[in-house]
Amino acid sequence: MQVSQKQANARTTRKILLIVVFMFSFGFFVLPPLYAAICDVFGLNGRFIELKKVERAEYIVNVEKRIDESRTIRIEFLTTLNQKLNWEFRAKQNTIDVHPGKVTEVMFYAKNLTNRKVVAQAIPSVTPGYAAKYFSKMECFCFSQQTFEPGEARDMPLRFYVDPNLPKKVKTISLGYTFFDTNRKLASK
Amino acid sequence: MSEHHAAPTGITRWLFTTNHKDIGTLYLWFSFIMLLLGGSMAMVIRSELMYPGMQVVDPNFFNMMTTMHGLIMVFGAIMPAMVGLANWLIPMMIGAPDMALPRMNNWSFWILPGAAILLVAPMFMGGDFMAGQGPAFGWTFYEPLSGQYGKLAFFVFAVHLLGFSSIMGSINIIATILNMRAPGMTLMKMPMFVWTWLITAFLLIAVMPVLAGVVTMMLTDKYFGTSFFDAAGGGDPVMFQHVFWFFGHPEVYIMILPAFGVVSMIIPTFARKKLFGYASMVYATAAIAFLSFIVWAHHMFTVGMPVAGELYFMYATVMIAVPTAVKVFNWTATMWKGSMTFEIPMLWAIAFVFMFTIGGFTGLMLGLTPVDFQYHDTYFVVAHFHYVLVTGSLFAIIAAFYYWVPKWTGNMYPPLLSKIHFWASLISVNVLFFPQHFIGLAGMPRRIPDYAVQFADWNYWSSIGGFAFGLSQILFLVIVIKTIKGGEKATDQVWESAEGLEWTIPSPAPYHTFATPPEVK
Repeated sequence: MQVSQKQANARTTRKILLIVVFMFSFGFFVLPPLYAAICDVFGLNGRFIELKKVERAEYIVNVEKRIDESRTIRIEFLTTLNQKLNWEFRAKQNTIDVHPGKVTEVMFYAKNLTNRKVVAQAIPSVTPGYAAKYFSKMECFCFSQQTFEPGEARDMPLRFYVDPNLPKKVKTISLGYTFFDTNRKLASK
Repeated sequence: MSEHHAAPTGITRWLFTTNHKDIGTLYLWFSFIMLLLGGSMAMVIRSELMYPGMQVVDPNFFNMMTTMHGLIMVFGAIMPAMVGLANWLIPMMIGAPDMALPRMNNWSFWILPGAAILLVAPMFMGGDFMAGQGPAFGWTFYEPLSGQYGKLAFFVFAVHLLGFSSIMGSINIIATILNMRAPGMTLMKMPMFVWTWLITAFLLIAVMPVLAGVVTMMLTDKYFGTSFFDAAGGGDPVMFQHVFWFFGHPEVYIMILPAFGVVSMIIPTFARKKLFGYASMVYATAAIAFLSFIVWAHHMFTVGMPVAGELYFMYATVMIAVPTAVKVFNWTATMWKGSMTFEIPMLWAIAFVFMFTIGGFTGLMLGLTPVDFQYHDTYFVVAHFHYVLVTGSLFAIIAAFYYWVPKWTGNMYPPLLSKIHFWASLISVNVLFFPQHFIGLAGMPRRIPDYAVQFADWNYWSSIGGFAFGLSQILFLVIVIKTIKGGEKATDQVWESAEGLEWTIPSPAPYHTFATPPEVK
């Protein structure tokens, strides 16, 4: 009687420990990629859908045929520096008005005011979030890390178009960029 | 059960004990100490907020107080108190000689003081105490702010230890309930308190590992170069909120379900009727537990979700009102036409039903997406969760103390002091928290040390209520000590119409009970 109860307790404990391991793995290994995947698929949270290169080329040809001149969308550019990064960073123009489907190029200006080499990464964000999947970038300084020598300044291009399928209610899209110092993260350790 | 030695005495009795009653006592004392510690931090908060302007502490110290108050009350006071009640009561209620895994039971308690020290220690590091060296990022420790905190590792490891403790405690409770019930006690004959704890333990098993996961991600982000939440590396701070609240919403039910169980035990005794709708109570508890997993994003309506998501989380949230209302109506129906008497535990239980329902209603308001945009992060939220956690969970814990302490100690509580304790607490807690609804609706944000003068009057009254409520709990400490030391002797039955196995054993409960299992018809 006593032994069988011990066995029953051990069996219950093993089963519950399985749940514990399962839930930790779910939280640690499954939720983050799942979150990223859901955001990408639905274009949530200002994240972009990255089209494959071939798809993008085809798509752009089609988009250029569908320029919607009846609508004008105002694009606002916002720039932010994170972690007290001592840089100058701004868009060359604060806003631009575009027709959906028209490929447009704008320039951003950045200057490294520090006396050290800085490798920085710009992270984009689109507001309203549901407009993110209609805002397609063909070339962007945010696609890769940018290395700046001490005191270096340069203009960086962004080429984009707004998909003509953009919901009619959207009149303005805000595109924000935040520059992060990638050295700092490694240096802080 | 022939291997029993003579009980050791002194400190080793408590250090090495595997007795469920000793461990229950340890848990309850630990949570009381934490209640007083967290409460004294609340006194600092209310002192600063008594008048507009900065007068008592620095803003960072204030932030540290709100953070530590929340963490200590949630993880140090309410949760251990519930586990303490479970330890004391579940074996006695189901006719088991002890918990299923007594040695692990010892571990799950003795991890707690270590976790508490890790959590509190950073406050005293780095010389200047008043500068506020401890965590100051709010009890929800949102990234990216929390990721910049210099002593994050202390916090992370404290949470890990708390998680280990909770998981081990839950394994014990589940194994005890599933394997050690007396012959004849089927699942649907279990006392309601046992049922609510069985479900709570499964909630803990499911979400404490997720909490461990989220703090581990913070740790690797800070010290090992990952980027779960760090936007610079492609991570997303919003994901922190999703993962945190995936833990956090079930957590709030972890703190209230055992309270439901306590109240479901007390009200039938003093209404002298069987609990109305026992089966529906069980199903309602299970339904609340299930729903708690699918509503987490209602804590973050303003984070920028798509409308479809907002609507889904709103409907799912408001749906929780249905099983919760089943419970409230069942308690009311139990009292309906009962021969009610108003002993101290019953007073606390009725206060619980009434004021928990107020907290439930404000929860419904907060669950509606459009209005939540106005209420989010205001004092209205503070008022809401204090009504469910203080006049809800804490009141139920105090009710449980008065109800079972004659069984634990063999002594009745001092009647006059206990009455003063109840009425002082009831009045002061409402003076404390009810005005916070008004200042919240008027727009006062939470977690700020200073505020616009338009909020001054109600903050003043709220502080007065806060000090009175704090003093009332000092009286509670006096009552606890007096009751342990002596008082009118309790009978074995204690309450005229109390039902359940725990009332069949002598008062005070002997060190070992139900060595031979009782027969349940």
